[in-house]
Amino acid sequence: MSRFQETDSILSWGRVVRASHMAARPAWRDELPGLLTEATSDGRSVLALGLGRSYGETGLNPGGAVIDMTGLDRIIAFDPESRILRAEAGLSLGAILEVIVPHGLFLPVTPGTRFVTLGGAVANDVHGKNHHAHGTLGRWVRGLGLLRSDGTRHLLGPDDTTGLFAATIGGLGLTGLIEWVEIELIQIASAMIDAETVPFEGLDGFFELASESSEAFDYTVSWIDCLASGPSLGRGLFSRGRHSPAGPLRAAMGAPGPSMPIDLPGFVLNAASIRAFNALYLWNGRRRSGTSRMPYTPFFYPLDAIGNWNRMYGRRGMYQYQSVVPLAVAADATRAMLQAIAEAGQGSFLAVLKTFGDKASPGLMSFPQPGTTLALDFPNRGDETLRLLARLDSIVAEAGGRLYPAKDGRIPPALFRSGYPDWERFAAHVDPHVSSLFWRRMGA
Amino acid sequence: MRVIILGATSGIAEATARLYAKEGADLLLVGRQAERLAAIATDLKARGAISTQVAVTDLAATTDARQELAGFIERLGGVDHVLIAYGILGDQDQAWADPAEAARILTVNFNSAAAWILAIADRLERKGRGSLVVLGSVAGDRGRRANFVYGAAKAGLATLVEGVAHRFAGKGPRIVVVKPGPTVTAMTAGMVRKGPLWASAEQVALVVRRAADRGGPVAYAPWFWRYIMLIIRFLPAPIFNRLEI
Repeated sequence: MSRFQETDSILSWGRVVRASHMAARPAWRDELPGLLTEATSDGRSVLALGLGRSYGETGLNPGGAVIDMTGLDRIIAFDPESRILRAEAGLSLGAILEVIVPHGLFLPVTPGTRFVTLGGAVANDVHGKNHHAHGTLGRWVRGLGLLRSDGTRHLLGPDDTTGLFAATIGGLGLTGLIEWVEIELIQIASAMIDAETVPFEGLDGFFELASESSEAFDYTVSWIDCLASGPSLGRGLFSRGRHSPAGPLRAAMGAPGPSMPIDLPGFVLNAASIRAFNALYLWNGRRRSGTSRMPYTPFFYPLDAIGNWNRMYGRRGMYQYQSVVPLAVAADATRAMLQAIAEAGQGSFLAVLKTFGDKASPGLMSFPQPGTTLALDFPNRGDETLRLLARLDSIVAEAGGRLYPAKDGRIPPALFRSGYPDWERFAAHVDPHVSSLFWRRMGA
Repeated sequence: MRVIILGATSGIAEATARLYAKEGADLLLVGRQAERLAAIATDLKARGAISTQVAVTDLAATTDARQELAGFIERLGGVDHVLIAYGILGDQDQAWADPAEAARILTVNFNSAAAWILAIADRLERKGRGSLVVLGSVAGDRGRRANFVYGAAKAGLATLVEGVAHRFAGKGPRIVVVKPGPTVTAMTAGMVRKGPLWASAEQVALVVRRAADRGGPVAYAPWFWRYIMLIIRFLPAPIFNRLEI
C-alpha cells in the first residue's frame, strides 16, 4: 500500500499557487529512507514540507511528492545548562519556546510567526528583528542531520568542509531532507519584553532611529504607511525592544485565537480600505507610543493572534515582496519603491522596514545582507499587481539588491541569479531527486 | 502523578503523554519498539515529565497480564492512571479471506486488551482508586462493511469497559472507553485523510486526558461523534444498508 496520497489541499501561504501533490506524513525518522525511495522510484521528485508558511513556490512541488515533516516533532536532546537543543525538523518554533522559556532560555533568532518548523526555519535561514545583533538562525545551528535521496545520512556542522552545510543553511530544502537540527539558545531573565514605539514622519526619521537604536536595543523593526505620499512619504512607527531584566518565565501556550473562517470577498480590499487601515494603525500606534512591558508573543508574533490571517486577502490570495538593498543606496532605493507603490495606489496593509547588520550567515543562499530590507504584501489583482512588482524589481536590481525566495512567488530568474551570485556553487549541492516549483522556474 | 501507557508509540498515546509530561508526571511507556520508545521518553522528559521509564514487551502476546502489571507498578512505585492505546487496524479484505488475519485483528484488539483491562481493573478496585482509559473506536458502534472485524473487537472492548464501570459505580476507581473518529496517525497513514471529520491526535488526546479525571464511562473524540453515532446507530437497517459509508 502506498504511503503517499494524492491531495490538492497544499497551498502556498500567499494562496496564489494551488497545486496537486502526492503527500506522505511520517511519524518516525526511521520511515524517511523508505519514503524517499518510494517517492523517487518512478522518477518523481520530492520535497520536504513544514507548516506551509512560505508565501510563494519554494514550499511546493506540483506533480511531485512532498513529505510532510510535521509528525517528526520530538526533542532529541535538551541541556538547559549548555543551552543546546536538538530536535526533529518538524518541531515548531512555538513548541520549542513552550519548552525552553520556563528554563530561562529563548530562541536566538525568531521570524514574525512561531508557526514554522525548525527544519523550515533553517532551510530559509530565517532572520528576525535582531538581525543587527544576532544575524540569521543559521549562525546558531551547531549541527544538523541531512538525508539524501541516495540513502546517505550526513552529519553536518559549521566545521563542514564539503560545502553541504553552507548549501543547506538557506538552501530552501533542496539539498536533501533535514532530519534534525541542533541549535544554541540564548539566556533570558524573563518572558517579558520592554518595548517602545516611536512615531516618525519620513524616511530620514527611520534611518536616524535605526542607527541610534541598533546598539541599545536587541530588537528593532518599523511599520510604514506605504500609501502616504509627498512630505509624509515613509512615515511610520519605529518599534524597538529588549528582554526585560525581571519578570515571570511563563511560556505562551498554544491556545488558538480567533481564526479567519472564510476568504474575505475581494471588494473588501480596495485602495480606500487599505488607506483607512494604514491611517488607523498609524493613529493607534501614535496614541499608544512610548514604553510598555508586554509578553513576548504579541511583540514577536502579532499576526499569529489571527489564525489563517492570509485568508483576509480573499480567494485570489496575495503576493508578499521582500527585498534587501545595500546601505549605501538604501535611502534612495527605498524612497523610489515607496513612491512607486503610492503612485500605483496598490498599497500593502503593512510595510515592514528594517536594517540588516553585517553579521554574515554561514549559508550560501542566505537572504539577508547588510542593508535595508522592505517587506510588503499586495492583494493579488492579477496583471496590475504583477506590473507594480516588476517596477519594484527594476529598482531592486539597479540598487544591487536581492529578493527573499521564501516570501516571493514570482522572482524573475535573472533577478534571482544577479541577487545570489553563489547560486551555481549552490546548485552543485542540490539533491538530484529533490526539487520545488521555485527551483524549476529558476531554470536550474 | 504516576501513569502507565500501554502502546506508547501510538499517535494518540504520544499526544496524551505530552499532556501528562506538561503536568510533571512520572511515566512508564510500554510498547514493542525499543528505539521509538526511547525517542518518546527523551522528548517527554524535555517537555516536563519528572521521570520516564520504558518497558519493551509485546502486549498482545502477554500470557500473564496480572503478573506483568505488578512488575510495571513496582517499577513506577504505584500507579494513578493507566491508558491502553495499542491496537491494529488490520486488513478487512484479507480478514474475510484468511481466518488467520481475522484472528490476529480480534486477538490483538480484543482478547489481549481484555486481559489487560481485567488485570488493571482488579488492581484499581483493590486499591479503591485510580483510573483506566481504554481507546475504543466509533467503528465499534455499528458494523460497517469497510472494517467490521476491527469494529467488532472495539465493540467488545466497549461492552467490557461499560460492565467494569457498572461494577465500579459508587466506588473509588474509574474506567472510561474513549471512541475517536478517524484520526491522523500512523494507523491511518494509507488512507485519504480529507474532510472535516478527521481529527488530529492532539484533539483526541485532550479528550483522553480529561476522561481520566471526569465524565461518563463513554467519551467520543472529538465530541461531535456522539451525535453522529447516535444517528448512525438508530438508522433502520434497510436505510443503513443502502448507504455508502
